[in-house]
Amino acid sequence: MLAFLSARLAHALLVVVVVSLLAFVLGDLIGDPVASILGLEATAADRAALRLRLHLDDPFVVRYLRFISRIMAGDFGVSYGAQRPVADLFAERLPATAELALAALALSLSVGVPLGVYAAVHHRGTAARILMTLSIFGVSLPTFVVGILLIFCFSLGLGWLPSFGRGEVVRVGSWTTGLLTVSGLKSLVMPAIALAIGQIALVARLARAEMLGVLKSDYIRFARARGLKDRAVNFSHALRNTLIPIITVSGIQLGYLVAFAVVVEQVFQWPGMGLLFLQALGQTDLPVISAFLMVAAVLFVAINLIVDLLYAAADPRLRIKSLAVRS
Amino acid sequence: MPATSTSARAFPGSSAIAWFAGSLFARRLGRAPAAIGALCVLTALVLGALLAPFIAVTNPYDLASLDLLDSHLPPAFMPGGNARFLLGTDSQGADVASLILYGLRASLSVGVLAVSISVGLGTLAGLASGYLGGLYDGIIMRIADIQFTFPAMLLALLIGGVSQSLLSNEMRSALAMPIVVLALGIAHWPHFARLVRGAVLVERQKDYVAAARLVGRGPAFIMATQLLPNVLNPIFVLATLDIAFAIMSEATLSFLGFGMPSTQPSLGTLIRIGYSYLFSGEWWVVIFPGMTLVALLVSINVFGDWLRDLLDPKLN
Repeated sequence: MLAFLSARLAHALLVVVVVSLLAFVLGDLIGDPVASILGLEATAADRAALRLRLHLDDPFVVRYLRFISRIMAGDFGVSYGAQRPVADLFAERLPATAELALAALALSLSVGVPLGVYAAVHHRGTAARILMTLSIFGVSLPTFVVGILLIFCFSLGLGWLPSFGRGEVVRVGSWTTGLLTVSGLKSLVMPAIALAIGQIALVARLARAEMLGVLKSDYIRFARARGLKDRAVNFSHALRNTLIPIITVSGIQLGYLVAFAVVVEQVFQWPGMGLLFLQALGQTDLPVISAFLMVAAVLFVAINLIVDLLYAAADPRLRIKSLAVRS
Repeated sequence: MPATSTSARAFPGSSAIAWFAGSLFARRLGRAPAAIGALCVLTALVLGALLAPFIAVTNPYDLASLDLLDSHLPPAFMPGGNARFLLGTDSQGADVASLILYGLRASLSVGVLAVSISVGLGTLAGLASGYLGGLYDGIIMRIADIQFTFPAMLLALLIGGVSQSLLSNEMRSALAMPIVVLALGIAHWPHFARLVRGAVLVERQKDYVAAARLVGRGPAFIMATQLLPNVLNPIFVLATLDIAFAIMSEATLSFLGFGMPSTQPSLGTLIRIGYSYLFSGEWWVVIFPGMTLVALLVSINVFGDWLRDLLDPKLN
């Protein structure tokens, strides 16, 4: 267990170091701060003086370590575009993305798991077959096409839901939430559905596969032989063991939801981190791009680490086998 | 006598068709209506893309062929539509159906090229790491693990977006396609590497590999001529399904503005451009390309799913 833990921690650290190197190289080698500060008419002496003042002539390792220590202190530099600290921009945008991703996660689990369980219990039935065919559709629908179709139907056609933005938000401490106002909730509906639809299909397929596997196992056969009702067998025996892998996989789902939130935020002009990142890419706003890289790396590493630990906690057999098992 | 052995001798001509009709592939296909439907849709879309220069009414790569007087026309079946433009026209006067055909061309070429890169890189890496083991295995699988930490789509967006944002405008449109292909290819090679490595670890235990080693064949020869043919089936299945992933990611990148440029529009580019007209009521410039993209992805996934069940029942 200790060996497994330290291997996972070492992997997490390696990922963060590699990404931080990339982020540093991106900002350090590609953007030339001297040229952007002094302009083209500066003399060579001025430039040399500024280089000295900014410590740009220090060895690579020294500059990299300085970059890391600044990040550790929460200083991601100043955005070229907004002329404000990147950390402040991120803090403002974080609640929007978090609420969107969590709403989509809740939706994908609460719809996907029952569908998958139904398809497994009635796996020879027509409805289950139709569900599985539909799930291929769900996996094949690009997020942004779903978003556009939803806007086309429910905003432009029926006029029920707003097509962009977060609606009215309420400040709770430093967090802004759209969950407490009617317009905020209405604005959340379509982005959350667009983001969740592919995941619903994936969760349903996974739940079905896991449940089918469990239903074939010996202890289920014995439970049936003991004369227990189908309902009791399916729900209190089988479902419980199906949920463990689903809960751990939902961690990975959360990672994908955050990634695809970038797309949904663009479609619905949802003011989150993804929209900020896309604007930064469009303007070559390097401090924002490299900070986003770092935040994404830490987030995904953390998610993976938690998932691995949950796996190990839930299934003793996996405490020894490391990451090779997970796909 | 099995049908396959006769086909080997009498290949060309009508017997080839007879062989195909009698083959396991065709017989299984006959029992899967969904797969037949998917294959028909896919064939129609690919044919449309291939024949685009001959059947398209307007050519989006030749702006001189467009007439602004034809712009903003609704589809032919709506009032005010023109029978020449079946699915309507965009703001430049380009026929939406023709745009879709050319967009399919771009989407399909990027998808196939990107998957070729993933397959090439992943197969090489998987063979080396599975057969050579040791340091190669450690390094290759470590890189793959680092990449697996990130969702592939986000990785492709990072590679494509960052490299495009660093280029000047002219360079950007000239290099757009290679950048997208490379970004998607790099984003997905670990899937193939892991698959091939797993298959090679099983195959290398077998006697035919030991025999090849005993007659003095080197690792490169064994990997290329002994192991590779025996791991092709799963590669083929994953590649089919991966084309859907590559096309979807390319469309997403293009929709976000970091994929194919408007001078070489793919379906995603068309949807991005059309989306701005959706709110002025010109839904046909975005909904039709969107439906085409969905049809393409669904047909590839349905067919790939069936192919996986056929070739590799273990995976199901």
